[in-house]
Amino acid sequence: MELNQYLEVFIEESKEHLQACNEQLLELEKNPQDLSIINEIFRSAHTLKGMSATMGYEDLAGLTHQMENVLDAIRNNRLVTTPEILDVIFMAVDHLEEMVHSIASGGDGKKDVTETVEKLKAIEKGEPLSSTAESEVAATAVMETAKQSTYDEFELTVLKQSMEQGFGVYEIEIGLRQDCLLKAARVYMVFEVLEKIGEVIKATPPVEQLEEEQFDEDFSVTIVSKESPEDIKGKIMKVSEVVKTIVRPLEFDEQNAEAVLDTAHNENEIESEPKPEVPAQSTGTDVPAATEKKSTGKQQGSNKTIRVNIERLDILMNLFEELVIDRGRLEQISKDMENSELTETVERMSRISGDLQNIILNMRMVQVETVFNRFPRMIRQLARDLNKKINLEIVGAETELDRTVIDEIGDPLVHLLRNSVDHGIESPEERRAKGKSEEGTVVLRAFHSGNHVFIEIEDDGAGISREKVLKKAISKGIVTEQAAAGFTDKQAYELILSSGFSTAEKISDISGRGVGLDVVKNTIESLGGTISIDSKENEGTIFSIQLPLTLSIISVMLVEIQKEKFAIPLSSIIETAIIKDSEIMNAHNQKVIDFRGKVVPLLFLKDLFEVPSVPSEDDFHSVIIVRKGDKMAGLIVDSFIGQQEVVLKSLGNYLTNVFAISGATILGDGQVALIVDCNALIK
Amino acid sequence: MTEVLIPDLKVIVFQLNGKEYAVPVSQVKSIEKIMHITRVPHTNPFVKGVMNLRGVVTPLIDLRVRFGLEEQGYTESTRVIIVSVEDKEVGLIVDGANDVIDIPSSMVEPPPEIVGLSAEGFINGVANLDKRLLILIDLAKILDNADENAL
Repeated sequence: MELNQYLEVFIEESKEHLQACNEQLLELEKNPQDLSIINEIFRSAHTLKGMSATMGYEDLAGLTHQMENVLDAIRNNRLVTTPEILDVIFMAVDHLEEMVHSIASGGDGKKDVTETVEKLKAIEKGEPLSSTAESEVAATAVMETAKQSTYDEFELTVLKQSMEQGFGVYEIEIGLRQDCLLKAARVYMVFEVLEKIGEVIKATPPVEQLEEEQFDEDFSVTIVSKESPEDIKGKIMKVSEVVKTIVRPLEFDEQNAEAVLDTAHNENEIESEPKPEVPAQSTGTDVPAATEKKSTGKQQGSNKTIRVNIERLDILMNLFEELVIDRGRLEQISKDMENSELTETVERMSRISGDLQNIILNMRMVQVETVFNRFPRMIRQLARDLNKKINLEIVGAETELDRTVIDEIGDPLVHLLRNSVDHGIESPEERRAKGKSEEGTVVLRAFHSGNHVFIEIEDDGAGISREKVLKKAISKGIVTEQAAAGFTDKQAYELILSSGFSTAEKISDISGRGVGLDVVKNTIESLGGTISIDSKENEGTIFSIQLPLTLSIISVMLVEIQKEKFAIPLSSIIETAIIKDSEIMNAHNQKVIDFRGKVVPLLFLKDLFEVPSVPSEDDFHSVIIVRKGDKMAGLIVDSFIGQQEVVLKSLGNYLTNVFAISGATILGDGQVALIVDCNALIK
Repeated sequence: MTEVLIPDLKVIVFQLNGKEYAVPVSQVKSIEKIMHITRVPHTNPFVKGVMNLRGVVTPLIDLRVRFGLEEQGYTESTRVIIVSVEDKEVGLIVDGANDVIDIPSSMVEPPPEIVGLSAEGFINGVANLDKRLLILIDLAKILDNADENAL
């Protein structure tokens, strides 16, 4: 069988399903009674089983099957979810992950899992029913739900739960004026009203069709809400051109295919038709056929994506980069030619390619969720290993970052999280003694701001002790005592990022040995980002990482030194200035200037880069003030050329570690300009 | 040497200081005329800088300097041979390159044990063809040790 071509898809999807299992299991741990979660896990496991059996991975299919049996038992209330059962299921998922990894790396996906299988079987047999009987029960259960065709399993559970929580479930029939021109707009307004008062569970016809105006005048919506039917009706009637609103409460005990349709004639019906000239036409489409009903709008939205191999996106990006270079060249030519038609066309092209650039960059954006989603499991495990109680909150997982950054950011975050869990959060006893709640909280937060993405890791643990850090740093020879005395709190905290530092009194295998945090810092800086620490003793610590949105196209200031052109990233430039010879002062053989009240050391790029030059008699110097963290330096150049968007290119594998050069770019005239690495220039 | 086992070897012939050298075609990506070179500071003297090769920033090695020969200005006939070894891609600046020939494997001999030959240590073998002496160079060695001397 020629299955190779499906292998990639299989691996991708398996990973997704396993991730879904992991997430849902964690949810389940919080709400063990929630059947809808079990259903989700069951579905993922079932798909996985089917896929792996088709692909011929027997072990994978076997283990999934056993796991499915247990899940099924829970689903049918023959087993109660206990932490022990969950542990075994987690273990099974771990094994599955290993197998999928083995397949992905070219292995056969075989693994001895008899122990786990035995455990699963044991759990399952804790119930008198044998596995064959179970599958029969499962089959009948499916049959039953199949009858209730108007709402699928998922919707039913949501509706039932809402009712249990005291929400009212209503089916609302809404009619628009026959001559309504902007039906989609009205639908939108109605939905907006509905979303304010409750949650829309289902719409008939589905939301997509409604948005595309594929309906006559009437549509119906099922919502859960705490408002009274009268209020709901009143609010909907406020939307202009709505002429009919019928709000019917839904009863679930009689829920079956007929029941839903029957409710149309329920006694509780509240009907109003304020504009009597219209209703005659609306009756024809009153209750749409139940078979047309589909899943919720939310699920439909996720279908509108396609999978594209990342390689293709990279190729697209490379091609576009070449286009950007040619664009630069064209702009220059048109400037020289001074032909108005040419200039106009080139300007138009620049604008379009600018838009194109945004779109392509956006396509490469990936939600940080892809990195974050493995953390809940990790934290759970860590907390167990360390006997701590930890609640991980993830905020802003939908924040997007360039793929290249995403690929690199995982490990540093793992390190920081481990650090927070291990060194930050105290043991439950300690926390109780301090008057805190036993459960520590770690917040992982991502958000956009300007051209940067921030990722913060905040814990409410012990915080960093300034004295301890300074003492340690001095004893390790990282700073001198005099220097340490003048440190701000932030500077002191940042010492823990320097190499050869570890404050934990006891080295654990979770984090520690002090090799970690400086690696974190280096990785983040190599991505063009920064990391800072804020902390309050006994209240907690925040690690804040600032990352650029994208790595491939950056804004630079082009400067000239003799005949050579260099590019300085705008992100590190504070400002540019022209200084007179007389303003340059000497301090310890170091030329400095007084810049807005601060003493800033000067670096002559001409000397630094050994540019062959003739000594000039110029009294004035062009200086670019750059920064790294709180420190500043002035770079002396011959002249400024201007600001430009450039494509960042590497110098290749032959020239690595060139001092103070982070890469190169190709200018409009086809020449290569080197990009100055300001971080390397400031110590 | 291993070359003996390979039947016919297709090579690019280039000139350097009056002598003829050869690199296997399989390692050559293209031959270019000299273009604008951007100097890269703090690198080995034989690294002349980088150039824009159709959108790829390519480092350039002046083979004259690399072989310890006297440096010369570039002329109309100066060529850049773009070679690719493992994951590295660099351009070699040579005096001229204009020939592709097949060397029968029987013609390839191990490098002569003569001291003082330029390009010593970079030679894979020598081919004697109709009184043409072709020196086969070892690209891996030429591109090697760039890192340790880079700064």
